Amino acid sequence: MSDYAAGAQGNYLQKEGRGGILSWIFSTDHKRIGILYLVAILSLFLVGVTLGFFMRLELITRGPTIMAANTYNSLFTLHGVIMLFLFIIPVTPSVFGNFLLPIMIGAKDVAFPRLNLLSWWFYMAGAFLAILTLLIANGPADTGWTFYAPYSIRTGTNVTLALSAVVVLGFSSILTGINFVTTVHRLRAPGMTWMRLPLFVWAVYATAWIQILATPILGVNLMLVVAERLLGIGIFDPAKGGDPILYQHLFWIYSHPAVYIMILPAMGAISEIVPVFARRTIFGYKAVAYSSIGIAAVGSLVWGHHMFVSGFSYTAGVYFSLFTFFVAIPSAIKVYNWVGSLYKGSLEAATPLLYAFAFIFLFSIGGLTGLILGALSLNIHLHDTYFVVAHFHYVKFGGAGFGFFAALHYWFPKMFGRMYNTKLANVALLLLFIGFNTLFFPLFVLGFQGMPRRYYDYLPQFTNGQLISIVGSWILVAGVILMVGNLIHALFKGKKAQANQWGGATLEWQVPSPPPKENFEEIPEVKYGPYHFKRD
Amino acid sequence: MDYTEKAHRPIKYSIFVYVWLALVALTWLTVAVSGMHMGRLSLISPFIIASAKAFLVVAFFMHIKYEAGIFRLFIGVALATMFVVVWLVYSDIAFRS
Amino acid sequence: MNETAEIAANKHKDYTGAKIGMWLFLFTELFLFFGPFLLYSIFRYRYSTDFINAGSELSLFVGSINTVVLLTSSLSVALSISALQKGNKKLTLLLLGVTIVLGAVFLVNKYFEWDAKIVHGLYPGAEALLSRPKGEILFFGLYFFMTGLHALHVIAGMSVLAVITFFVMRDKVTQSDYVKIENGGLYWHLVDVIWIYLFPLFYLIR
Repeated sequence: MSDYAAGAQGNYLQKEGRGGILSWIFSTDHKRIGILYLVAILSLFLVGVTLGFFMRLELITRGPTIMAANTYNSLFTLHGVIMLFLFIIPVTPSVFGNFLLPIMIGAKDVAFPRLNLLSWWFYMAGAFLAILTLLIANGPADTGWTFYAPYSIRTGTNVTLALSAVVVLGFSSILTGINFVTTVHRLRAPGMTWMRLPLFVWAVYATAWIQILATPILGVNLMLVVAERLLGIGIFDPAKGGDPILYQHLFWIYSHPAVYIMILPAMGAISEIVPVFARRTIFGYKAVAYSSIGIAAVGSLVWGHHMFVSGFSYTAGVYFSLFTFFVAIPSAIKVYNWVGSLYKGSLEAATPLLYAFAFIFLFSIGGLTGLILGALSLNIHLHDTYFVVAHFHYVKFGGAGFGFFAALHYWFPKMFGRMYNTKLANVALLLLFIGFNTLFFPLFVLGFQGMPRRYYDYLPQFTNGQLISIVGSWILVAGVILMVGNLIHALFKGKKAQANQWGGATLEWQVPSPPPKENFEEIPEVKYGPYHFKRD
Repeated sequence: MDYTEKAHRPIKYSIFVYVWLALVALTWLTVAVSGMHMGRLSLISPFIIASAKAFLVVAFFMHIKYEAGIFRLFIGVALATMFVVVWLVYSDIAFRS
Repeated sequence: MNETAEIAANKHKDYTGAKIGMWLFLFTELFLFFGPFLLYSIFRYRYSTDFINAGSELSLFVGSINTVVLLTSSLSVALSISALQKGNKKLTLLLLGVTIVLGAVFLVNKYFEWDAKIVHGLYPGAEALLSRPKGEILFFGLYFFMTGLHALHVIAGMSVLAVITFFVMRDKVTQSDYVKIENGGLYWHLVDVIWIYLFPLFYLIR
């Protein structure tokens, strides 16, 4: 397979029409939309990091330090809403799914380019509404990102607006999901059979199904809370015979699978990176591909493990605990296969692979502590403590977040045609890794000792742990700044990247960097699997 | 991927009219049955009749009978998801102490 | 313009792709209603007597009429697609018009039905309702939420069909290019399917 030359098209970054910002925000090119998402999502990520930084800083002394208790409540709510709904849920599917999925399957665009653009606009509208809760009277929501009834029905803060923001973001997510499923079914290039799909595509495909089937349930649940607040229909209000535990059911029916919306595409990216830098085909292609579907399916059956102490039935607790253990199986299959792929490979310790190592290490800790929390009896001790906070940060930030960083460093030269400074990127990784563990590992210990989450204050015996964790947050922030700074610098001053910077075998590496406007001069015919490195 | 379409020929008007007659008849049936007190049966009979009606609408009006198998597979996935969610939610509701 | 047509590799309009997209969207609508359906079943299980008492206050007659109206509108939209495929533009426009009018009839009935309940103080938050047993409060809460959400979908479906009528008039949707009317029809049928389930939920329990 030779390079598909760019020819006369020019690349997608080149000025189009009159140019300017309008040629971006109204572009239906999947690559430009991917970049739009990247800019918006990374900006909001930095906002979320800042909020988290100040939450930690508040805890540097006991009692009120830099903010009052209800400010702290608003802060952790907004940190959660931004980091989950605006950053980690959309980030990998929307940025890399959009940019790469069509190229990887040999298509010129997604199935519905205009819906794709609409999806970005919904995202921006949702982001706008979420930020708006800060600026208008009554103040931002103070319920936590979960908006649990009945408190969310009663509090006077801007919960209705925050809920609307999440519903609008849900639309965005659904449209992206519909687009990806249809694209994978209909627009694969000739010869691109299901068993030749890159594993990233498999992961995004599985994710898209969760986005389609689960998001509407969250949407209607939040609409019910809005109706409850505006009209008082009574469904979640115990005073009127309603049942707030049902809110938790409908909330987690979406929000637990949402964890897999975050982690699956990140896992997909790791499955791309590992074989390329081990210079050998992936170990157990089918196992990794099907385990994506398996995680999506079994992951939809475990939502009740968030509710073990809510007062729901013991029978349900047993089921949900069992399924929680089951979902570890497909996740472990992936980890074993990555490690198996490294075995006897000719490893090249390039930056993306190092990020992938960090992902595997941190995700394994996150996953294993998830099993501890999934055990019914232990959960009673650990529920709503720092242990839970540490666990989900290891999964969401250590897993999905580091997976995103790995993907960013892997595909950056493809997306922008420039290379970043790999030394600085490695230093940034070191800072991120040390900072992350210093920040979150002590929380496991504190949580086990009984430190509850979402408090702006703590007992004297937790002081040391809190201080270590706060120092960790500084190192982590330094790492984030260095990483982002290095990438932004590379955008303008970086060396030119090659078409196939890493020697990958998937289709996106067969087109020039950055890719031409239409991706391919003519639709390629695929003759090999995605990790077939030896070519004649 | 092949983009060839099965040019599905226009469906006869008469088929739609028959389906509509069946739907109206089922509506009459469900109203008639609802007046009779049959205990447990009157709890599920409206649901069964509604499902029969929905099946007719999906199969004929929505052309699923004439479409490729992939559509049936998709519908199966959606229905299976619903079934599992109901089962798990009721594992709580039915055993609450 | 970067339309789906061009993307499908200059070969053909990808009708199957468009319909897959539509069906996936219909699933999201289905799951949107699935949530309240589940809640309804739980509260009905817990407060069955209250639900039966409250349900008997709704007019079975109006509910049945509305069911038949919506079923008939489904028939007319299904016929309109066949008519267009056979090249009968006039009949297509007529049938689409009939569908939209029937949608409007449904909404007018719904309006009077709601109005009658609101006049008697049977709406969420009303004193008269709050003094009743808990199951009845929940029944009417769900009734207004679910039929309200459904009515919004009827309005959305009517708007979609109105746009498609316009397309047919301007020959943008034609005998050889009819996927838009098929997808619009699919949406309308889904609104019908949801009503098929809503009807026994609220009107047939006694």
